[in-house]
Amino acid sequence: MKYIDEFRQKEAAQAIIKKIRSLSRKEVNIMEICGTHTHSISKYGIREALPENIRLISGPGCPVCVTSATDVNRIIEFSRTRKDAIIATFGDMMKVPGTDSSLQEEKARGADIRVVYSPLDSIEIARNNPDKEVVLFAVGFETTSPTVAATMLGAKEAGLRNFSALSLHKLTPPAMKALLDSGEIKIDGFIAPGHVTAIIGARAYGFLAEDYKSPCVVAGFEPIDALLGIYMLIRQFEEDRCAIEIEYDRVVTWEGNTRAQEVINEVFEPSDSLWRGIGNIPGSGLSFRQTYSEFDAEKRFSMPKGVDAEPKGCQCGSVLKGLITPDKCPLFAKACTPEFPIGPCMVSSEGTCAAWYKYRRIA
Amino acid sequence: MCLGIPGLIVGIKGDTATVDVAGTKKDASLRLMEKAAIGDYVIIHAGFAIEKVDTKRAEETLRLIRETFER
Repeated sequence: MKYIDEFRQKEAAQAIIKKIRSLSRKEVNIMEICGTHTHSISKYGIREALPENIRLISGPGCPVCVTSATDVNRIIEFSRTRKDAIIATFGDMMKVPGTDSSLQEEKARGADIRVVYSPLDSIEIARNNPDKEVVLFAVGFETTSPTVAATMLGAKEAGLRNFSALSLHKLTPPAMKALLDSGEIKIDGFIAPGHVTAIIGARAYGFLAEDYKSPCVVAGFEPIDALLGIYMLIRQFEEDRCAIEIEYDRVVTWEGNTRAQEVINEVFEPSDSLWRGIGNIPGSGLSFRQTYSEFDAEKRFSMPKGVDAEPKGCQCGSVLKGLITPDKCPLFAKACTPEFPIGPCMVSSEGTCAAWYKYRRIA
Repeated sequence: MCLGIPGLIVGIKGDTATVDVAGTKKDASLRLMEKAAIGDYVIIHAGFAIEKVDTKRAEETLRLIRETFER
């Protein structure tokens, strides 16, 4: 596939690894903050190919995983009580466990829950079911929030009256800041997510270099991209530099996609948001603006409050913060597997536990 | 979930593009794009084109890799 295959060439990957090995001296912790990176790093064995002084830590980069148990419990409770509702959701969300159930289990019990590939599909569901209330369970980072915002613009233009969304969108930079401020983990530099940054622009990470002296490279998702991103970070460490750099410059700019930013700002405004394992992070979510309140499921219905109780024994919170690797969780690959996941990091294909299970498990 | 795949715009009707992704044709909304034209490569995510692929920069990155690493 054009612009994918070229960035998977083995010889180039090996050459970059060789260069990293010859250049890297310092002990460094690098956090990747995107589930697609986590998956790619595990799939291509990048962690194992690097010298031991470079530690790659997976951060809270999977939107399904960082959705709080409270919010999963709320939508489950909603699906039980509102029999006139159809819940539309992205596929990965179906199996995410709340405290005692998941959307998939509720669907098996008779709730009308449908998987959509695009938020636009939920508009079609609303059109085809005028006597039902269609609620989009909207999770995702900055890559996804403009697609939901654009869907809301479309719903308003179409005059849809039976369509709304529960906006649980999360913003990446405030989470990076919260992790650094917590002091729980030492992070020397970040691999920033390519597609989130395609929307928000690399300038959004300026505070990392300025306030935290933390280098950051925005990287693409193919193995060559990830390796080149790591190489660029290592060069900064070894040269005692601290800057925001873009590896994925075939897609990412400093300004980002200004049209997409406008669409987000038209529909949503920043708000506090609850992250699994981390808790409330100020300004890290997106809520509907007053002008779009008719599409806000929070306002349209009296949404259940939901309890914040993690599944018993689940260590996803610590995994999401990079405090432990999945193999340190007593449930990993024993009670918790992709077939019968206990925590969200095992559910989503981009979750850290799922990536470790698939590519790193030693039988 | 932020998975995005590159595809080539082969047709545009209203604000929807037909995009060729490795031989498969898919629809993608252009509502998040300032400008897009037939012949552009775009990144598709959740049914939307979210950004153009700058093909010149892609070639430049590949050239730099060849020059810097594969000597």
